[in-house]
Amino acid sequence: MSELKFEAALARLEEIVRSLEQGDAELDEGLVLFEEGVKLARFCNEQLDQAEAKIEIMIDQGLIEPFEVKES
Amino acid sequence: MLSCGKEMVALHPLSVSELTNQIKAALTQPALQSVAVQGEVSNFLHHRSGHMYFSLKDTHSRIKAVMFRGRNQRLSFTPKNGDTLIALGSVGVYEPNGEYQLYVDMLFPQGIGDLHLAFEDLKAKLEAEGLFDPGRKRSLPLLPRRVGVITSPSGAALRDILHVLRRRHPGVNVLLFPALVQGEEAPESLVRALSLAQNTDVDVLIIGRGGGSFEELAAFNDEGLARAIAQSDIPVVSACGHETDFTLADFVADCRAPTPSAAAELVVPLREELLAAVTSMRNRMVSALRRRIESERRYLGQLQHSPVLARPEHMFRQRRQRLDELWTSLGRFQRSALVLRRGKLAAAVGKLESLSPLNTLARGYSVCQNERGEIVRQAKQVSLGELVYLTLQEGSLSCLVEERKP
Repeated sequence: MSELKFEAALARLEEIVRSLEQGDAELDEGLVLFEEGVKLARFCNEQLDQAEAKIEIMIDQGLIEPFEVKES
Repeated sequence: MLSCGKEMVALHPLSVSELTNQIKAALTQPALQSVAVQGEVSNFLHHRSGHMYFSLKDTHSRIKAVMFRGRNQRLSFTPKNGDTLIALGSVGVYEPNGEYQLYVDMLFPQGIGDLHLAFEDLKAKLEAEGLFDPGRKRSLPLLPRRVGVITSPSGAALRDILHVLRRRHPGVNVLLFPALVQGEEAPESLVRALSLAQNTDVDVLIIGRGGGSFEELAAFNDEGLARAIAQSDIPVVSACGHETDFTLADFVADCRAPTPSAAAELVVPLREELLAAVTSMRNRMVSALRRRIESERRYLGQLQHSPVLARPEHMFRQRRQRLDELWTSLGRFQRSALVLRRGKLAAAVGKLESLSPLNTLARGYSVCQNERGEIVRQAKQVSLGELVYLTLQEGSLSCLVEERKP
């Protein structure tokens, strides 16, 4: 799931919620969906919880350094 | 054939329409399809339909001009007779009158810089190539993992962008591609930064600078930059710091923000909003499943309380009763079948009786048989002195034949 993008995860989560709300799946399928949905929600939360943002500058091709922001 | 000077002209005259069409075709040469012409306005008429009709003239010549409503609505001034203006447009033929005229796309007051003219020309060219088509625009990622920013590392634009990004979502990574945003070398520098960015993992690019005059924004009107933005694999948001004037970069970018801060807002959603969305979906999912389980449980309860499961003996009782009913009706059927058969038997017996010789005997006739048991029907069948046997209704007689009559 690490390669999954936030957007795709959220879209899949929406799909699962709709499917469960419509109740069109069998109960055991529903439980499988629910489990997937819980994982997706956790993944989305993790993506949003990344607190440490990196600000970097590309000096040249492939040469990236941290960038210090001078507050004005 | 008519003699016409030295040449002989075949008499296959063109219709007026055909000639006009040929003239029209001759006028569609590229050089006449994108012209800038300067002249003095006369006979100006802003028609009720919204179209503008006028002439442009100089000391020797005059050309009719029309600027349709859709075009002239964008004018920031109203032309009047005597104005010297620069018109951009194309030459065409108005067939009903057989007149050629200038179809004006844009008008500028005289004295507008060459830079503006070049800008409008280039804009028209890129637009014609389809570089501004809405269909080409890509959507921005919902939550970029890394935002690329192409601007000056020392400019206010970068500070604004970083400030807004951090406020909206503290976890968003930024990769800065430093570039000159002003001056002769700026276009090349911006294009280079854009191409460097293509090989990184940034999900979206902001390209821009703080506000500036038309001349200061010139780098963002560069044809090379516009094409590089159009070719970028990564969605590009332009932010050239001007609320009203659009640069070519703005037109060609996937998304145009009026300021660098606005670009940052477009690129990164509010973290709280996304968190709330995820939480809400999680809750909906939980309650949907809970509802589902409750409804299944209710159904199970209904099943458990159904008569069959609650009192299974009922099921047997019912069936036994039914069996009894069937027995009864079977007996009824058998009886009625017996009666029917009996009747049929009686009828058959009656019929049989009517065919029996016994009835005939009862009426007083008798049957005569010889000694071999053969029925005697004619007198000559027996000889005198032979014994014959007579069967009567009751009993039989043995008789000696004494006389025969034929």
